[in-house]
Amino acid sequence: MALQSLDIKQRSATTTPSPQARQTMEIAKLIDVSACIGCKACQVACMEWNDVRDEVGSCHGIYDNPVDLTENSWTVMRYAEVEEQGKLEWLIRKDGCMHCSDPGCLKACPSPGAIIQYANGIVDFNQENCIGCGYCVTGCPFNVPRISKKDSKAYKCTLCSDRVAVNQAPACAKACPTGAIQFGSKEDMKDYAAKRITDLKERGYDKAGLYDPAGVGGTHVMYVLHHADKPNLYSGLPANPSISSLVTMWKGATKPLAALALAGVALGSLFHYVMKGPNEGSKEIEKEIEKEDAQ
Amino acid sequence: MIRDPKDLKRYDAGERANHWVVGISFILLALSGLAFFHPAFFPLTQLFGGGTWARILHPYIGVFMAFFFVLLFLRFRKLNKMTDADREWLSRAKEMMDGNDHNMPEQGKYNGGQKMMFWWMTICMVAMTVSGVFIWKAQFTVPIDLARIGAVVHAVVGAIMIAMIMVHVYAAIWTKGTIRAMWYGTVTRAWAKQHHRAWYRQMTGK
Repeated sequence: MALQSLDIKQRSATTTPSPQARQTMEIAKLIDVSACIGCKACQVACMEWNDVRDEVGSCHGIYDNPVDLTENSWTVMRYAEVEEQGKLEWLIRKDGCMHCSDPGCLKACPSPGAIIQYANGIVDFNQENCIGCGYCVTGCPFNVPRISKKDSKAYKCTLCSDRVAVNQAPACAKACPTGAIQFGSKEDMKDYAAKRITDLKERGYDKAGLYDPAGVGGTHVMYVLHHADKPNLYSGLPANPSISSLVTMWKGATKPLAALALAGVALGSLFHYVMKGPNEGSKEIEKEIEKEDAQ
Repeated sequence: MIRDPKDLKRYDAGERANHWVVGISFILLALSGLAFFHPAFFPLTQLFGGGTWARILHPYIGVFMAFFFVLLFLRFRKLNKMTDADREWLSRAKEMMDGNDHNMPEQGKYNGGQKMMFWWMTICMVAMTVSGVFIWKAQFTVPIDLARIGAVVHAVVGAIMIAMIMVHVYAAIWTKGTIRAMWYGTVTRAWAKQHHRAWYRQMTGK
Protein backbone atom coordinates (compact mmCIF):
# COMPACT_ATOMS: atom_id res chain seq x y z
CA MET A 1 0.00 0.00 0.00
CA ALA A 2 1.13 3.49 -0.76
CA LEU A 3 2.70 4.96 2.33
CA GLN A 4 3.04 8.65 2.89
CA SER A 5 6.23 8.25 4.86
CA LEU A 6 8.03 6.56 2.00
CA ASP A 7 8.94 8.39 -1.15
CA ILE A 8 8.38 6.90 -4.55
CA LYS A 9 11.04 6.27 -7.13
CA GLN A 10 8.90 4.76 -9.85
CA ARG A 11 5.20 4.26 -10.35
CA SER A 12 3.61 1.92 -12.90
CA ALA A 13 2.05 3.39 -16.08
CA THR A 14 3.11 6.90 -15.11
CA THR A 15 5.17 9.11 -17.36
CA THR A 16 5.82 12.02 -15.01
CA PRO A 17 8.12 12.07 -11.94
CA SER A 18 6.75 10.83 -8.63
CA PRO A 19 7.18 12.69 -5.33
CA GLN A 20 10.76 12.24 -4.25
CA ALA A 21 11.75 15.02 -1.89
CA ARG A 22 12.62 12.77 1.03
CA GLN A 23 16.09 11.31 1.09
CA THR A 24 15.73 7.75 2.21
CA MET A 25 18.41 5.14 2.45
CA GLU A 26 18.38 2.11 0.20
CA ILE A 27 17.53 -0.94 2.25
CA ALA A 28 17.93 -4.66 1.69
CA LYS A 29 17.10 -8.00 3.18
CA LEU A 30 19.95 -10.46 3.22
CA ILE A 31 19.12 -14.16 3.31
CA ASP A 32 22.09 -16.22 4.36
CA VAL A 33 21.21 -19.59 2.91
CA SER A 34 24.15 -21.20 4.70
CA ALA A 35 22.65 -20.27 8.08
CA CYS A 36 19.08 -21.33 7.32
CA ILE A 37 17.79 -24.40 9.16
CA GLY A 38 14.48 -24.54 7.29
CA CYS A 39 12.25 -24.01 10.32
CA LYS A 40 9.70 -21.90 8.39
CA ALA A 41 9.39 -19.37 11.18
CA CYS A 42 9.68 -16.73 8.44
CA GLN A 43 6.67 -18.18 6.61
CA VAL A 44 4.65 -18.15 9.80
CA ALA A 45 5.72 -14.62 10.70
CA CYS A 46 4.77 -13.44 7.21
CA MET A 47 1.30 -14.94 7.56
CA GLU A 48 0.91 -13.46 11.02
CA TRP A 49 2.01 -9.94 10.23
CA ASN A 50 0.23 -9.67 6.90
CA ASP A 51 -2.93 -11.51 7.99
CA VAL A 52 -2.81 -14.00 5.15
CA ARG A 53 -3.75 -17.64 5.62
CA ASP A 54 -3.22 -20.20 2.91
CA GLU A 55 -5.36 -23.28 2.58
CA VAL A 56 -4.10 -26.30 4.46
CA GLY A 57 -2.50 -28.24 1.64
CA SER A 58 -1.47 -31.86 1.34
CA CYS A 59 1.91 -33.52 1.58
CA HIS A 60 3.72 -33.74 -1.75
CA GLY A 61 6.53 -35.93 -0.44
CA ILE A 62 8.83 -32.95 0.06
CA TYR A 63 9.24 -30.39 2.79
CA ASP A 64 8.02 -27.49 0.66
CA ASN A 65 4.65 -26.47 2.05
CA PRO A 66 2.87 -24.96 0.27
CA VAL A 67 4.68 -26.22 -2.82
CA ASP A 68 4.60 -22.83 -4.50
CA LEU A 69 4.06 -19.17 -3.80
CA THR A 70 0.39 -18.22 -3.75
CA GLU A 71 -1.63 -15.06 -3.21
CA ASN A 72 -1.66 -16.02 0.48
CA SER A 73 1.88 -17.35 0.79
CA TRP A 74 4.19 -14.51 -0.09
CA THR A 75 7.26 -16.44 0.96
CA VAL A 76 7.93 -20.17 0.70
CA MET A 77 10.90 -22.24 1.80
CA ARG A 78 12.24 -24.35 -1.04
CA TYR A 79 14.24 -27.44 -0.12
CA ALA A 80 16.68 -28.89 -2.63
CA GLU A 81 18.71 -32.03 -2.09
CA VAL A 82 21.82 -31.89 -4.25
CA GLU A 83 25.12 -33.71 -4.40
CA GLU A 84 28.14 -31.47 -4.53
CA GLN A 85 31.67 -32.94 -4.51
CA GLY A 86 30.33 -36.30 -3.42
CA LYS A 87 28.47 -34.86 -0.45
CA LEU A 88 24.75 -34.59 0.00
CA GLU A 89 23.70 -31.02 0.61
CA TRP A 90 20.37 -29.73 1.70
CA LEU A 91 19.98 -26.29 0.21
CA ILE A 92 17.08 -24.38 1.69
CA ARG A 93 16.11 -21.14 0.06
CA LYS A 94 13.49 -18.71 1.22
CA ASP A 95 11.74 -17.77 -2.02
CA GLY A 96 9.75 -14.60 -2.58
CA CYS A 97 9.91 -11.21 -4.24
CA MET A 98 13.46 -10.02 -4.88
CA HIS A 99 12.52 -6.32 -4.98
CA CYS A 100 14.55 -5.65 -8.14
CA SER A 101 16.00 -2.21 -8.81
CA ASP A 102 14.67 -2.63 -12.34
CA PRO A 103 11.33 -4.35 -11.66
CA GLY A 104 9.81 -6.23 -14.60
CA CYS A 105 6.40 -6.24 -12.92
CA LEU A 106 6.32 -2.47 -12.68
CA LYS A 107 7.49 -2.10 -16.25
CA ALA A 108 4.69 -4.35 -17.52
CA CYS A 109 1.86 -2.97 -15.35
CA PRO A 110 -0.70 -0.90 -17.34
CA SER A 111 -2.51 0.55 -14.33
CA PRO A 112 -1.18 3.84 -12.95
CA GLY A 113 0.09 3.42 -9.42
CA ALA A 114 -0.78 -0.25 -9.03
CA ILE A 115 2.92 -1.02 -8.63
CA ILE A 116 5.27 1.40 -6.95
CA GLN A 117 8.92 1.32 -6.15
CA TYR A 118 9.81 3.28 -3.06
CA ALA A 119 13.00 5.28 -2.89
CA ASN A 120 14.32 2.73 -0.37
CA GLY A 121 14.06 0.01 -3.02
CA ILE A 122 10.89 -1.81 -1.95
CA VAL A 123 8.62 -2.76 -4.84
CA ASP A 124 5.06 -2.80 -3.62
CA PHE A 125 1.72 -3.73 -5.14
CA ASN A 126 -1.15 -1.38 -4.44
CA GLN A 127 -4.12 -3.72 -4.79
CA GLU A 128 -6.61 -0.84 -4.83
CA ASN A 129 -5.26 0.19 -8.22
CA CYS A 130 -4.69 -3.34 -9.53
CA ILE A 131 -6.99 -4.32 -12.40
CA GLY A 132 -6.05 -7.99 -12.34
CA CYS A 133 -4.63 -8.29 -15.85
CA GLY A 134 -1.62 -10.38 -14.79
CA TYR A 135 0.90 -8.37 -16.80
CA CYS A 136 3.12 -8.27 -13.68
CA VAL A 137 3.36 -12.05 -13.89
CA THR A 138 4.43 -11.72 -17.53
CA GLY A 139 7.04 -9.11 -16.61
CA CYS A 140 8.61 -10.76 -13.56
CA PRO A 141 11.91 -12.60 -14.20
CA PHE A 142 11.55 -14.54 -10.91
CA ASN A 143 7.97 -15.84 -11.29
CA VAL A 144 6.78 -14.21 -8.09
CA PRO A 145 3.43 -12.38 -8.40
CA ARG A 146 0.27 -14.41 -7.94
CA ILE A 147 -3.26 -13.45 -8.94
CA SER A 148 -5.84 -14.17 -6.27
CA LYS A 149 -8.67 -16.45 -7.29
CA LYS A 150 -10.91 -14.60 -4.85
CA ASP A 151 -10.47 -11.00 -5.93
CA SER A 152 -8.30 -11.23 -9.11
CA LYS A 153 -5.72 -8.86 -7.60
CA ALA A 154 -1.97 -9.52 -7.69
CA TYR A 155 -0.15 -10.23 -4.44
CA LYS A 156 3.44 -10.77 -3.36
CA CYS A 157 5.92 -9.97 -0.59
CA THR A 158 5.76 -6.29 0.41
CA LEU A 159 9.08 -6.51 2.25
CA CYS A 160 6.81 -5.39 5.08
CA SER A 161 6.80 -1.87 3.69
CA ASP A 162 4.42 -0.89 6.50
CA ARG A 163 6.95 -2.04 9.12
CA VAL A 164 9.93 -0.60 7.30
CA ALA A 165 8.17 2.77 7.09
CA VAL A 166 8.26 2.94 10.89
CA ASN A 167 11.81 1.62 11.21
CA GLN A 168 10.96 -1.97 11.93
CA ALA A 169 12.58 -4.96 10.26
CA PRO A 170 10.33 -7.18 8.11
CA ALA A 171 8.40 -9.81 10.05
CA CYS A 172 10.42 -12.70 8.60
CA ALA A 173 13.73 -11.12 9.65
CA LYS A 174 12.35 -10.50 13.12
CA ALA A 175 11.27 -14.11 13.51
CA CYS A 176 14.35 -15.88 12.14
CA PRO A 177 15.96 -17.79 15.02
CA THR A 178 19.39 -18.26 13.43
CA GLY A 179 20.00 -14.79 12.05
CA ALA A 180 19.81 -16.16 8.51
CA ILE A 181 17.59 -13.20 7.58
CA GLN A 182 19.28 -9.87 8.13
CA PHE A 183 17.82 -6.49 7.40
CA GLY A 184 19.39 -3.04 7.12
CA SER A 185 20.81 -0.62 4.63
CA LYS A 186 21.91 -2.21 1.39
CA GLU A 187 25.50 -1.13 2.13
CA ASP A 188 25.45 -2.76 5.56
CA MET A 189 23.97 -5.91 4.15
CA LYS A 190 26.71 -6.14 1.55
CA ASP A 191 29.35 -5.69 4.27
CA TYR A 192 27.69 -8.34 6.38
CA ALA A 193 27.54 -10.67 3.40
CA ALA A 194 31.22 -10.12 2.67
CA LYS A 195 32.07 -11.35 6.18
CA ARG A 196 29.87 -14.39 5.80
CA ILE A 197 31.42 -15.18 2.44
CA THR A 198 34.95 -14.97 3.87
CA ASP A 199 33.89 -17.34 6.61
CA LEU A 200 32.32 -19.77 4.14
CA LYS A 201 35.39 -19.71 1.94
CA GLU A 202 37.55 -20.58 4.94
CA ARG A 203 35.30 -23.57 5.53
CA GLY A 204 35.90 -24.93 2.04
CA TYR A 205 33.10 -23.29 0.06
CA ASP A 206 35.44 -21.46 -2.30
CA LYS A 207 32.61 -20.51 -4.63
CA ALA A 208 30.59 -18.83 -1.90
CA GLY A 209 29.26 -15.45 -2.91
CA LEU A 210 26.54 -12.83 -2.86
CA TYR A 211 23.50 -13.05 -5.11
CA ASP A 212 22.63 -9.49 -6.14
CA PRO A 213 22.03 -9.97 -9.87
CA ALA A 214 23.12 -7.07 -12.05
CA GLY A 215 20.71 -8.03 -14.86
CA VAL A 216 17.84 -6.48 -12.89
CA GLY A 217 19.97 -3.63 -11.52
CA GLY A 218 20.63 -5.50 -8.28
CA THR A 219 17.95 -6.59 -5.82
CA HIS A 220 16.77 -5.55 -2.39
CA VAL A 221 16.53 -9.14 -1.31
CA MET A 222 19.95 -10.74 -1.60
CA TYR A 223 21.24 -14.20 -0.86
CA VAL A 224 24.50 -15.49 0.52
CA LEU A 225 25.01 -18.73 -1.39
CA HIS A 226 27.63 -21.40 -0.72
CA HIS A 227 27.61 -22.15 -4.43
CA ALA A 228 27.23 -18.70 -5.94
CA ASP A 229 28.55 -20.09 -9.25
CA LYS A 230 25.49 -22.35 -9.51
CA PRO A 231 22.42 -20.49 -8.26
CA ASN A 232 20.29 -23.01 -10.15
CA LEU A 233 21.03 -25.59 -7.46
CA TYR A 234 18.83 -23.57 -5.13
CA SER A 235 15.50 -24.72 -6.53
CA GLY A 236 16.05 -23.00 -9.85
CA LEU A 237 17.25 -19.57 -8.76
CA PRO A 238 18.06 -17.97 -12.14
CA ALA A 239 21.77 -17.43 -12.81
CA ASN A 240 21.41 -14.24 -14.85
CA PRO A 241 17.91 -12.90 -14.42
CA SER A 242 16.84 -9.92 -16.46
CA ILE A 243 13.62 -8.54 -17.84
CA SER A 244 12.77 -10.59 -20.93
CA SER A 245 13.62 -8.80 -24.16
CA LEU A 246 10.05 -9.47 -25.26
CA VAL A 247 8.74 -7.49 -22.29
CA THR A 248 11.23 -4.72 -23.03
CA MET A 249 10.05 -4.62 -26.63
CA TRP A 250 6.41 -4.65 -25.61
CA LYS A 251 6.72 -1.96 -22.99
CA GLY A 252 9.67 -0.10 -24.47
CA ALA A 253 9.87 0.96 -28.09
CA THR A 254 6.46 -0.36 -29.17
CA LYS A 255 4.46 2.03 -26.99
CA PRO A 256 5.71 5.42 -28.21
CA LEU A 257 6.30 4.21 -31.79
CA ALA A 258 2.82 2.80 -32.17
CA ALA A 259 1.20 5.80 -30.48
CA LEU A 260 3.05 8.07 -32.91
CA ALA A 261 2.15 5.90 -35.90
CA LEU A 262 -1.53 6.00 -34.96
CA ALA A 263 -1.44 9.75 -34.52
CA GLY A 264 0.32 9.93 -37.91
CA VAL A 265 -2.37 7.92 -39.67
CA ALA A 266 -5.18 9.96 -38.09
CA LEU A 267 -3.59 13.30 -38.90
CA GLY A 268 -2.40 12.06 -42.29
CA SER A 269 -5.98 11.19 -43.22
CA LEU A 270 -7.27 14.54 -42.04
CA PHE A 271 -4.67 16.49 -43.98
CA HIS A 272 -5.14 14.31 -47.02
CA TYR A 273 -8.80 15.35 -47.02
CA VAL A 274 -7.94 18.99 -46.47
CA MET A 275 -5.20 19.13 -49.08
CA LYS A 276 -6.39 16.73 -51.81
CA GLY A 277 -10.10 17.15 -51.28
CA PRO A 278 -12.78 14.47 -51.18
CA ASN A 279 -13.21 11.88 -53.88
CA GLU A 280 -16.52 13.26 -55.10
CA GLY A 281 -18.95 11.77 -57.57
CA SER A 282 -18.19 12.73 -61.13
CA LYS A 283 -20.78 15.12 -62.65
CA GLU A 284 -19.96 13.68 -66.05
CA ILE A 285 -20.98 10.16 -65.07
CA GLU A 286 -24.09 11.45 -63.32
CA LYS A 287 -25.10 13.19 -66.55
CA GLU A 288 -24.43 10.04 -68.58
CA ILE A 289 -26.77 8.12 -66.36
CA GLU A 290 -29.44 10.84 -66.46
CA LYS A 291 -29.21 10.75 -70.23
CA GLU A 292 -29.63 6.95 -70.28
CA ASP A 293 -32.69 7.30 -68.05
CA ALA A 294 -34.23 9.92 -70.33
CA GLN A 295 -34.01 7.64 -73.34
CA MET B 1 -37.60 2.09 -47.63
CA ILE B 2 -36.67 2.68 -51.24
CA ARG B 3 -35.02 5.93 -52.26
CA ASP B 4 -34.33 5.77 -55.96
CA PRO B 5 -35.64 2.46 -57.29
CA LYS B 6 -32.75 2.39 -59.73
CA ASP B 7 -30.11 2.56 -56.97
CA LEU B 8 -27.97 -0.52 -56.80
CA LYS B 9 -28.14 -2.89 -53.86
CA ARG B 10 -24.63 -3.34 -52.48
CA TYR B 11 -25.31 -4.98 -49.13
CA ASP B 12 -28.30 -6.86 -47.79
CA ALA B 13 -29.55 -6.39 -44.23
CA GLY B 14 -27.64 -9.40 -42.90
CA GLU B 15 -24.36 -8.17 -44.31
CA ARG B 16 -24.89 -4.69 -42.92
CA ALA B 17 -25.81 -5.94 -39.47
CA ASN B 18 -22.83 -8.27 -39.46
CA HIS B 19 -20.50 -5.42 -40.40
CA TRP B 20 -21.93 -3.19 -37.66
CA VAL B 21 -21.60 -5.86 -35.00
CA VAL B 22 -17.95 -6.31 -35.93
CA GLY B 23 -17.43 -2.56 -36.19
CA ILE B 24 -18.92 -1.75 -32.78
CA SER B 25 -16.96 -4.57 -31.16
CA PHE B 26 -13.82 -3.27 -32.81
CA ILE B 27 -14.32 0.24 -31.46
CA LEU B 28 -14.91 -1.08 -27.94
CA LEU B 29 -11.85 -3.30 -28.23
CA ALA B 30 -9.66 -0.53 -29.59
CA LEU B 31 -10.67 1.88 -26.83
CA SER B 32 -10.16 -0.60 -24.01
CA GLY B 33 -7.04 -2.05 -25.63
CA LEU B 34 -5.38 1.33 -26.04
CA ALA B 35 -6.02 1.94 -22.34
CA PHE B 36 -3.78 -1.01 -21.46
CA PHE B 37 -1.30 -0.15 -24.16
CA HIS B 38 -0.11 3.29 -23.10
CA PRO B 39 -0.65 5.23 -19.87
CA ALA B 40 -1.79 8.24 -21.91
CA PHE B 41 -4.86 6.25 -22.94
CA PHE B 42 -5.58 4.71 -19.52
CA PRO B 43 -8.46 7.15 -18.80
CA LEU B 44 -10.37 5.38 -21.59
CA THR B 45 -11.05 2.61 -19.07
CA GLN B 46 -13.60 5.00 -17.52
CA LEU B 47 -15.82 4.36 -20.54
CA PHE B 48 -16.08 0.76 -19.40
CA GLY B 49 -16.62 1.37 -15.69
CA GLY B 50 -12.97 1.48 -14.64
CA GLY B 51 -9.76 -0.47 -15.16
CA THR B 52 -10.97 -3.73 -13.72
CA TRP B 53 -14.16 -3.74 -15.77
CA ALA B 54 -12.22 -2.90 -18.91
CA ARG B 55 -9.88 -5.80 -18.16
CA ILE B 56 -12.81 -8.17 -17.58
CA LEU B 57 -14.83 -7.09 -20.64
CA HIS B 58 -12.09 -6.72 -23.27
CA PRO B 59 -11.44 -10.43 -23.88
CA TYR B 60 -15.13 -11.34 -23.99
CA ILE B 61 -15.78 -8.62 -26.55
CA GLY B 62 -12.78 -10.05 -28.41
CA VAL B 63 -14.28 -13.54 -28.56
CA PHE B 64 -17.61 -12.04 -29.66
CA MET B 65 -15.91 -10.07 -32.42
CA ALA B 66 -13.84 -13.05 -33.57
CA PHE B 67 -17.04 -15.08 -33.98
CA PHE B 68 -18.78 -12.41 -36.02
CA PHE B 69 -15.63 -11.74 -38.03
CA VAL B 70 -15.65 -15.38 -39.10
CA LEU B 71 -19.20 -14.88 -40.42
CA LEU B 72 -18.13 -11.71 -42.20
CA PHE B 73 -15.14 -13.55 -43.65
CA LEU B 74 -17.35 -16.34 -44.95
CA ARG B 75 -19.76 -13.84 -46.52
CA PHE B 76 -17.12 -11.87 -48.37
CA ARG B 77 -14.16 -14.15 -49.01
CA LYS B 78 -15.15 -15.10 -52.57
CA LEU B 79 -15.60 -11.47 -53.55
CA ASN B 80 -12.09 -10.66 -52.35
CA LYS B 81 -10.04 -12.94 -54.61
CA MET B 82 -7.13 -10.93 -55.97
CA THR B 83 -6.93 -10.54 -59.75
CA ASP B 84 -4.49 -8.94 -62.18
CA ALA B 85 -6.72 -5.87 -62.40
CA ASP B 86 -6.44 -5.53 -58.62
CA ARG B 87 -2.67 -5.70 -58.80
CA GLU B 88 -2.66 -3.03 -61.44
CA TRP B 89 -4.98 -0.90 -59.34
CA LEU B 90 -2.60 -1.27 -56.39
CA SER B 91 0.40 -0.27 -58.49
CA ARG B 92 -1.49 2.93 -59.39
CA ALA B 93 -2.83 3.56 -55.88
CA LYS B 94 -0.71 6.68 -55.55
CA GLU B 95 -2.48 8.35 -58.47
CA MET B 96 -5.77 7.45 -56.85
CA MET B 97 -4.71 9.05 -53.59
CA ASP B 98 -3.68 12.15 -55.45
CA GLY B 99 -7.28 12.39 -56.57
CA ASN B 100 -6.87 11.22 -60.15
CA ASP B 101 -8.84 8.07 -60.98
CA HIS B 102 -8.74 8.41 -64.75
CA ASN B 103 -6.06 5.79 -65.29
CA MET B 104 -7.39 3.35 -62.75
CA PRO B 105 -8.34 -0.06 -64.19
CA GLU B 106 -11.97 -1.17 -63.98
CA GLN B 107 -12.80 -2.68 -60.61
CA GLY B 108 -15.35 -5.27 -59.58
CA LYS B 109 -17.32 -5.04 -56.35
CA TYR B 110 -14.07 -4.39 -54.50
CA ASN B 111 -10.89 -2.71 -55.61
CA GLY B 112 -7.37 -3.95 -54.91
CA GLY B 113 -7.04 -1.78 -51.81
CA GLN B 114 -10.24 -3.07 -50.30
CA LYS B 115 -9.18 -6.62 -50.97
CA MET B 116 -5.82 -6.07 -49.34
CA MET B 117 -7.65 -4.63 -46.35
CA PHE B 118 -9.83 -7.73 -46.21
CA TRP B 119 -6.93 -10.17 -46.22
CA TRP B 120 -4.75 -8.17 -43.83
CA MET B 121 -7.69 -7.84 -41.46
CA THR B 122 -8.17 -11.59 -41.58
CA ILE B 123 -4.51 -12.22 -40.78
CA CYS B 124 -4.63 -9.67 -37.97
CA MET B 125 -7.79 -11.17 -36.51
CA VAL B 126 -6.18 -14.61 -36.37
CA ALA B 127 -3.06 -13.15 -34.72
CA MET B 128 -5.13 -11.13 -32.25
CA THR B 129 -7.34 -14.04 -31.29
CA VAL B 130 -4.49 -16.50 -30.75
CA SER B 131 -2.24 -14.02 -28.92
CA GLY B 132 -5.25 -12.82 -26.93
CA VAL B 133 -5.83 -16.34 -25.63
CA PHE B 134 -2.19 -16.45 -24.51
CA ILE B 135 -2.60 -13.34 -22.37
CA TRP B 136 -6.09 -13.98 -21.04
CA LYS B 137 -4.93 -14.73 -17.51
CA ALA B 138 -8.41 -15.07 -16.09
CA GLN B 139 -9.19 -18.02 -18.38
CA PHE B 140 -5.95 -19.57 -19.58
CA THR B 141 -2.54 -20.32 -18.17
CA VAL B 142 0.18 -20.74 -20.76
CA PRO B 143 3.98 -21.04 -20.40
CA ILE B 144 5.47 -17.67 -19.53
CA ASP B 145 7.38 -17.30 -22.81
CA LEU B 146 4.18 -17.83 -24.76
CA ALA B 147 2.46 -15.18 -22.63
CA ARG B 148 5.31 -12.76 -23.36
CA ILE B 149 5.19 -13.44 -27.10
CA GLY B 150 1.42 -13.08 -26.90
CA ALA B 151 1.74 -9.70 -25.21
CA VAL B 152 4.10 -8.34 -27.87
CA VAL B 153 2.10 -9.72 -30.79
CA HIS B 154 -1.20 -8.48 -29.34
CA ALA B 155 0.20 -4.97 -28.84
CA VAL B 156 1.90 -4.69 -32.23
CA VAL B 157 -0.87 -6.26 -34.29
CA GLY B 158 -3.48 -4.31 -32.33
CA ALA B 159 -1.78 -1.05 -33.25
CA ILE B 160 -1.55 -2.13 -36.90
CA MET B 161 -5.23 -3.02 -36.90
CA ILE B 162 -6.27 0.31 -35.44
CA ALA B 163 -4.18 2.09 -38.08
CA MET B 164 -5.75 0.00 -40.85
CA ILE B 165 -9.26 0.63 -39.59
CA MET B 166 -8.56 4.35 -39.52
CA VAL B 167 -7.59 4.06 -43.19
CA HIS B 168 -10.71 1.94 -43.85
CA VAL B 169 -12.97 4.53 -42.22
CA TYR B 170 -11.21 7.43 -43.88
CA ALA B 171 -11.51 5.83 -47.31
CA ALA B 172 -15.27 5.61 -46.78
CA ILE B 173 -15.48 9.24 -45.70
CA TRP B 174 -13.19 10.37 -48.50
CA THR B 175 -15.16 8.65 -51.25
CA LYS B 176 -18.47 10.47 -51.27
CA GLY B 177 -21.60 8.37 -51.54
CA THR B 178 -20.01 5.36 -49.85
CA ILE B 179 -21.23 5.50 -46.28
CA ARG B 180 -24.87 5.02 -47.24
CA ALA B 181 -23.95 1.50 -48.40
CA MET B 182 -23.06 0.70 -44.81
CA TRP B 183 -26.24 2.32 -43.42
CA TYR B 184 -28.94 1.14 -45.77
CA GLY B 185 -27.22 -0.93 -48.39
CA THR B 186 -27.66 0.98 -51.65
CA VAL B 187 -25.43 3.16 -53.80
CA THR B 188 -26.25 5.28 -56.81
CA ARG B 189 -25.53 3.96 -60.26
CA ALA B 190 -23.20 6.88 -60.89
CA TRP B 191 -21.18 5.93 -57.81
CA ALA B 192 -20.91 2.35 -58.96
CA LYS B 193 -19.97 3.32 -62.51
CA GLN B 194 -17.30 5.68 -61.23
CA HIS B 195 -15.65 3.49 -58.61
CA HIS B 196 -16.55 -0.11 -59.45
CA ARG B 197 -17.32 -0.15 -63.14
CA ALA B 198 -17.05 -3.90 -63.65
CA TRP B 199 -19.52 -4.43 -60.81
CA TYR B 200 -21.76 -1.74 -62.34
CA ARG B 201 -21.77 -3.59 -65.66
CA GLN B 202 -22.51 -6.85 -63.91
CA MET B 203 -25.42 -5.28 -61.97
CA THR B 204 -26.94 -3.32 -64.83
CA GLY B 205 -25.91 -5.36 -67.82
CA LYS B 206 -24.54 -2.23 -69.48
